Amino acid sequence: MFPLSSTVEFTAGTELALAAVLGLGFGFCLERAGFGSARKLTSVFYLRDMAVVKVMFTAIVTAMVGLTVLAAAGALDLKELYLEQTNYTAQIVGGLLFGAGFIVGGYCPGTSIAAIATGRKDGMLFALGMFAGVYTYAELTPGLDAWYTATAQGEIPLPAATGIAMGWWAAGFVAFLLFAAWGMAKIEARFSGSGRI
Amino acid sequence: MTRNSATLRAGPSAGVVSRAEHAPRPYWNPYLVGVLLGLVLLATYLVTGRGLGATAGFAAVASFVAGIFSPEHVVANAVHAKYWNGGAPLANWTLVLLGGSFVGALLSGIQGRRLAFSVERGPRISDGQRLALAFAGGFVAAYGAKIAKGCTSGQALTGGAMLNAGSLVFMLAVFAAAYGLAYFVRKEWL
Repeated sequence: MFPLSSTVEFTAGTELALAAVLGLGFGFCLERAGFGSARKLTSVFYLRDMAVVKVMFTAIVTAMVGLTVLAAAGALDLKELYLEQTNYTAQIVGGLLFGAGFIVGGYCPGTSIAAIATGRKDGMLFALGMFAGVYTYAELTPGLDAWYTATAQGEIPLPAATGIAMGWWAAGFVAFLLFAAWGMAKIEARFSGSGRI
Repeated sequence: MTRNSATLRAGPSAGVVSRAEHAPRPYWNPYLVGVLLGLVLLATYLVTGRGLGATAGFAAVASFVAGIFSPEHVVANAVHAKYWNGGAPLANWTLVLLGGSFVGALLSGIQGRRLAFSVERGPRISDGQRLALAFAGGFVAAYGAKIAKGCTSGQALTGGAMLNAGSLVFMLAVFAAAYGLAYFVRKEWL
């Protein structure tokens, strides 16, 4: 049954309409969480406000549990879902660069849109920087895409790679989220009132 | 006091009644928003078979702009060509998703009284410095996202929910770099 894309042939227009509707929810959530503010986002890296981790981790676990339950009920074919190939070198190097850009720039690509929508001029500059970045990538290092594919380790979903069923992983992540929520409350109580460093 | 927007909105003067009526509403509980965001991600998976993304939308605009100068160059370039879409690069799924996100964030911001033309920064740097750092950070983050094939949306959230090994490694690398550099850019934020 799910994903619908495997049984229904959406027209290009329908696909874009779906993108607009899903985007509405996406942007609404980001702004509701306070992610249109670079100060709110970056305060996670000074342990003042752990909202970034709380929202991201909860979202991941919620979707993971949903996918697991629907797959177990036979309503979803997990093999029909797109999975990006893993390339550890690319994910580590790219991730380190991305993290550096995040703490210096104050946003990530999605949250910069929420920032622009609520009038943050620095969000606009971040987005312009992103545009320059993807443009430069295409012009200077167009071969990196082929390198990624050639050196990728392939699709590595942890349930298949470890032989531990997705349900156990999901249960483990739920337990870890509960533990992390307790830990983050402690961290915030300790650091939220801290001044300059 | 500082001139940044957070202080203007929530500083001591916000206690004045006339100000308080227009004060921003509080953000929602992060765990509640997390569940909602997770449901948006789940719905995206169930309908399209793919998850969310953001960086591809920027790449589509880059392909479009490059095409204004030279469509031949776009087709010949391996990266631009991926987003060319037969000459309609702006009809890109992720770009439309970002358009919807803009409207969704705008509606949320209006309801929460959080619209403000302002610059997000700490009290120890100028607006100009902050804007320059925002541009530089955006550039580096985009380059990293292109190398890693995804950003916080496409790799961390989307791949994380599927327990994709590369996505989880990406997420660890992002937080490692950001926490590692936080002390050195503290004057930008604190």
